[in-house]
Parts: sequence; structure tokens; C-alpha cells
Amino acid sequence: MSKTVGIVVFPGTNCEYDVAESIETLGGNYKFIFHLETNLNSVDSLVIAGGFAHGDYLRPGAIARFSPVMESLIKFANEGGPVVGICNGFQVLTEAGLLPGALQKNANLTFLCQPVVLKVETTNSSFTNKLTVNSKVKLFINHFSGNYTCEQEVLTDLKENDQILLTYVDNPNGSTENIAAICNTKRNVVGLMPHPERAISELLGSTDGLYFFKSLI
Amino acid sequence: MTEVLNQNTYELLVEVRHREKIADPEGSTINKALHALGFNSVEKVSVGKAIRLLIKSESEQAAVSQAEDICKRLLANPVLENYFITLIKQKTPEEISSV
Repeated sequence: MSKTVGIVVFPGTNCEYDVAESIETLGGNYKFIFHLETNLNSVDSLVIAGGFAHGDYLRPGAIARFSPVMESLIKFANEGGPVVGICNGFQVLTEAGLLPGALQKNANLTFLCQPVVLKVETTNSSFTNKLTVNSKVKLFINHFSGNYTCEQEVLTDLKENDQILLTYVDNPNGSTENIAAICNTKRNVVGLMPHPERAISELLGSTDGLYFFKSLI
Repeated sequence: MTEVLNQNTYELLVEVRHREKIADPEGSTINKALHALGFNSVEKVSVGKAIRLLIKSESEQAAVSQAEDICKRLLANPVLENYFITLIKQKTPEEISSV
């Protein structure tokens, strides 16, 4: 039996059905986890889907971080369970302290909605282990605050511990060191700004996103 | 538990602003617009958030310290932002509704 992916849904999340479709396309099981849920026993991994959790009030992810589900999610992550935050989900993970750094507004203050080519820097993580190192994948970005920023010492740690998973080939948003995705030191918590769930069919322009979800099934 | 007496309400203004090294494209865009309007003496514009708090507290000091805690826990992200707290004044019950 394949594993069950829990898709975390906050008020304002809007990519949950795309993530569900990705899992379904691969023949996997999924379950939506509303933000008031605290029991995560029935899932094997968690994906925080993109959108505008709690309206992005105050800062993206700032309020979502205090939703009831987060305490259980943090425990799940600390016990080694795979947790993936896509776009707004990445912002939630940095606000929750599960990933270092923060996502600031894009350079030039532009909302970006476009395809991006990414270089796979490492496959040693819960969400990139079905990819090939140094290969290029095409995904799509759709964000206003995707410009990854961190302290110099955090950047040094990210590099030394091989925590940078994906980099933009042509940096669209000003992100430090072209960072598009990172993981924690235990490599089970992953945050990425591009949307793999929007790259699951030739009709959409790419199927590269499926390689990411394969790792959760 | 006895009711805490001698509590007053204090009005505090929290300003959350980008840290110096974090780009503030909104601020620089406004700065350019001001120069286009002829306000050439403007050297820098910073855009942040202003958050007004009314806090019931035993003292000014305790109210400010609580606001500090609030900023650290929620209002500012230390990677990107600094916060500045200004105690406006103590409010009377009649004044509170007008804030």
C-alpha cells in the first residue's frame, strides 16, 4: 500500500487540489488536513500547499504559524517525518522556525508568475531524492515574496551542510545565491518557492514536478 | 484570585521596519516619486508597518516590556525587520474607544 500524504490547508490556501491531483496522478493516497486538526497519525508525510494562509496578514506565514495544526506538524517534523512547504508553505516553515532565513519581497517589487529552470543541487532530502544531481528541471513560480534572505552565518551553514536543494538558473526574484529550495539539517523538512504541483502534465508545459511527489509515495 | 487593581491602559505605537541591509523597494520607489515631484531634499524613505496597541498594565514600564514581547513573538520577523516601540500615553476609559 502506498503512503498517505497529508495536505495541510489553512484558510486562504489555494493550491491543495493541485497537490492532490499530483499525488493522484502517481497513484498515491492523500488526505486534506484542515488547520484546526491536531491528530496527524494517519499520514506519512505532510505538504503545506501554497496560497495565502490567513490572508498573509502581518507577513506571509506569520499567523498560520499559530494555527492548531502547527504544534503537531512541528512534532511530526522533529520526529523525522517528511514535511514539504511549497511557496506560501515555505514561508510558513520559516516563520515556524523549521527552516532558517526568511522570504522577502521580490527585488523590483514585482509579482512573478512564470516558468523557471532550476538546477538540482542535491538529491539528499525528503523531496528531491528521485531527481538527479546537476540536472535541470522546469517548474513554475507564482509569488510576490520569494526572495530568500538569511544571515551570513546561516548561508555558510546552508552551504557547508549541503542544504541548498534547488537554485534558479536565471534568478527571477533577487534570491540570495539563487536559492529556490532548502532543507533543514535533518533533511526531512523542505521548503521551495516553485510549484512542482503545476508541472505534472505536458499540457501544462512540464512534467518535472512529478519527480518531486514520487519521493512521498 | 483577587482582581488586579491599579491597572491602567497605555497606548503604544509599534513601528515595524525593514532592517538596514534588507531592500525596501517600496521606500525607494516612493523616494524616486518624491524627487520626480521636486522634493529633492528627501534623502531616504522607509516603508514599514504601524501597529497601535492598547495594553492594560500596572505601569508604563510593564506595558512597554509586554509590547517588546509581542514584537518578538509575532509582530516582527527578526531576519527581515526591526521594531520600535513608542509609548504614546496613558488612556482614560473615555479615550480608549476613540483609538
